[in-house]
Amino acid sequence: MSIRTDNWEQVQATAEAALTPAIVEYIAQCRQSCEPASHLIGVLHKVQSHFGYLGREQLDAVAQLLQVPAAKVAGVASFYHFFRLQPRGQFIINVCLGTACYVKGADRVAQKVMDELGITWGETTKDGIFTLEGSRCLGTCGLAPVIMVGNEVHGNVTPDQVPVILDKYLEKARKGSAA
Amino acid sequence: MNTPIQQNFLNLAARAQQALQQRANGHRIVIQVGSATCEHAAGSNEVLEEFRKHVAASQREDILLRQTGCTGRCSREPIVGVMIPGQMPVKYERVNRQMVHEIFTTHIQKGTPLLKHILDGPVEKVARYELLVCGSARCGWRGQKLRGPLGEKLQAAGLGPDEVRVTAASCFGACGADSAGVSTHILVRPDKVLYRVQNDADLDEVIREHLVGGRIVERLRVKAEPVSQEFFELYGDVAFFNRQNRIALRHNGVIDPNSIEEYFHYQGFLALAKALQHQPDWVVDEVTKSNLRGRGGGGYPTGQKWRMGAEAKDPVRYLICNADEGDPGAFMDRSMLESDPFNVVEGMLIGGYAIGAQRGFFYIRAEYPLAVERIENAIRQCREYGLLGKKILGSDFDFDLEIRLGAGAFVCGEETALIHSIEGERGQPRVRPPFPTQSGLWGKPTVINNVETFANVPVIIQFGADWFRRIGTAQSGGTKVFALAGKVTHTGLVEVPMGTTLQEVVQEIGGGSPGGKQIKAVQTGGPAGGCIPAKWLDLRIDYDTLNKAGSIMGSGGMIVLDESDCMVDIAKFFVKFSEDESCGKCTPCREGTKRMAEILDRITTGQGTLEDLDRLERLARLIKKSSLCGLGRAAPNPVLSTLEHFREEYLAHVTQQRCPAKRCVALVRYEINEPKCVGCTVCAKNCPVECISGARREPHVIDQLRCIKCGRCFEVCRFNAVNRL
Repeated sequence: MSIRTDNWEQVQATAEAALTPAIVEYIAQCRQSCEPASHLIGVLHKVQSHFGYLGREQLDAVAQLLQVPAAKVAGVASFYHFFRLQPRGQFIINVCLGTACYVKGADRVAQKVMDELGITWGETTKDGIFTLEGSRCLGTCGLAPVIMVGNEVHGNVTPDQVPVILDKYLEKARKGSAA
Repeated sequence: MNTPIQQNFLNLAARAQQALQQRANGHRIVIQVGSATCEHAAGSNEVLEEFRKHVAASQREDILLRQTGCTGRCSREPIVGVMIPGQMPVKYERVNRQMVHEIFTTHIQKGTPLLKHILDGPVEKVARYELLVCGSARCGWRGQKLRGPLGEKLQAAGLGPDEVRVTAASCFGACGADSAGVSTHILVRPDKVLYRVQNDADLDEVIREHLVGGRIVERLRVKAEPVSQEFFELYGDVAFFNRQNRIALRHNGVIDPNSIEEYFHYQGFLALAKALQHQPDWVVDEVTKSNLRGRGGGGYPTGQKWRMGAEAKDPVRYLICNADEGDPGAFMDRSMLESDPFNVVEGMLIGGYAIGAQRGFFYIRAEYPLAVERIENAIRQCREYGLLGKKILGSDFDFDLEIRLGAGAFVCGEETALIHSIEGERGQPRVRPPFPTQSGLWGKPTVINNVETFANVPVIIQFGADWFRRIGTAQSGGTKVFALAGKVTHTGLVEVPMGTTLQEVVQEIGGGSPGGKQIKAVQTGGPAGGCIPAKWLDLRIDYDTLNKAGSIMGSGGMIVLDESDCMVDIAKFFVKFSEDESCGKCTPCREGTKRMAEILDRITTGQGTLEDLDRLERLARLIKKSSLCGLGRAAPNPVLSTLEHFREEYLAHVTQQRCPAKRCVALVRYEINEPKCVGCTVCAKNCPVECISGARREPHVIDQLRCIKCGRCFEVCRFNAVNRL
């Protein structure tokens, strides 16, 4: 829901409700610095790391609190690959598509992930557990081909290992939901 | 008489030393475990945890467990080092939980190294002494000539290869202007003694006194510690490392990246103290004289850039460290930030002083969370020690550092796009001039340098511009770090002097192609670079020679390609990358890369024509000429260089609908070779679309209409009965 009032208290309250106290506090700190608008990308990183993606509500809230035009916030959020505008799965599978991984068969690993999960690039499985993404280069070329699931990097991956790796995270997801 | 700055520095160093001594209290044995993104990926955290448990369970209080960064030897990680006083330091490769137990019980408890797991081993025996003889060409190969007689002398003294190992190393960087070409250097491990040897008598004395008698020959000992001595002391026995020349990476895998005290211990901030005792002009002059050129890829002389920043009219100036390492296949910046963050910070402090900046920024890509964490920590510790903030080391220099995160846009490696990104805008480049040194961040004079450039600055100031310049070629001083990957036996970070040949890097350090396949080309410079054919492997690596060969230095990615890589496919890969990463501001790049990708798509699916080749070449030249920024101007390089050197591969795709490397899926076909097929049914079972039929023990057949050409049957057949055509 976007903000439809020009009463600043209401605007501020709505914006703060859309974010977390920690992010609101961080924005307040940024407002104190010499160039508040320059912290836009840093703020968006914080929002994404908490919510997993940048929703419309959050973008509007950031625009209001940081006092940057909403169009610019949307422009920046959509320009950078790292920012997501759609919700994603619990675990992001990042297949490295860098040169070293490519020549060592990353395409076949990616294909195996797609076959196993029935999704393609950028999609999320129906159960909301996995999202498949491609990455430019994870910077661990010596271990090519590499995939990253969540924050864990798996090196020297062969297509045969893909189901084993995925099972590990399925198990984690199941345990998480049971708890 | 010390100057106040010198005295302040010495006080801080003493404080650091004291903290270190307290920490090392009573520890004799050191176990070090690598810790960096790549090490973690290989499982180093579990290894560290396991060691922790073992140390606790053994109740021994003389063991120090510490973390270091990564040495850049990714394919052998996790790497664990065990240092026992008086013994050769032992490094283990690919350590896992089970091995931790073995290492702990056998090596640490009983003192017997596990020979089969030694890094780049296995070795038969750990020698008592190891002599590293300088094998650098700069000294006229004196060291090389010495090795023959040295072996004979050792034999005569009754020291067999089990006792003393002799290894050729690269330059230690210990020669002064006077000693170059006259003498050579020998490092004795594990005693950490470096000798300067001029003649046979000197050599005899070292063997007689030191190796046989166990007494150090003080007369021949080099007192000053050369730049990479600590690195060689620890890793000198590993062939992958001892042919390298570690300057920017000298502390990687040696020091604890989270400890400013350790950085002080390895002469950290000495260069800063030296710089602050001179005028900023002197610093700029030194860097200019050193022939240091921008390591981000452009190769612009760093001193010249600093001069422009220092001479700008506006007194408010900024310094930026470009750590937006976006080239696929390059990870040297990540390694430097994660493994030796204080060195980069010191480089920035010196740069800030030289150009008169008040604020510095690290622009780091968000994909490197560990690098961000380590730099944050380094900045925090530097503030605690008063090395950032007001009146640094009691001088009049005020400087502070901030971190700004990238967000995954390759184009932000371009200076003006990077500036926009720090300002919180979309990362799009603008027309230059004005150059950032006149009008950059918030319209103020701004100097932007790459991580590796800053990493080289402290050593230039510490050891002098003349020393640094002599390491490289006439046009370009120092070393360059390459990220060696692809079809090569040893992958990882390789630092070699400018002017080293590709052959030396790929064959001697990289160990050539695994499995004996023919190397076809070396791709340098990432998406902005080109492919250098194997017949040019004797090319001396330098900014200018690579440009002439149709490629660029780039940030130092070096991907080795062999006969199973299709050059058209590689060109397509990079063009698609550039197409994806084009920011969309200027038409030649936005539209041009898209059309190039379309043409390459046609060629790799067998629908290309000869006219397509001409069109591709014309388009590539046009984009190169008319694009706004470096991304667009360099995007056609992979196409142009492969068209020039591998035109016959393009022609095979176009005229015969054939992919010589059998890589382009649309142009390959799988068939079963009937006489060889024993009818084991493995291929049929593995076929994802069930298009292979045939009875047990009878030759099978692939239904070409249903085959999706996944190549699974080709991989699983144990009788080589599946042909790829």
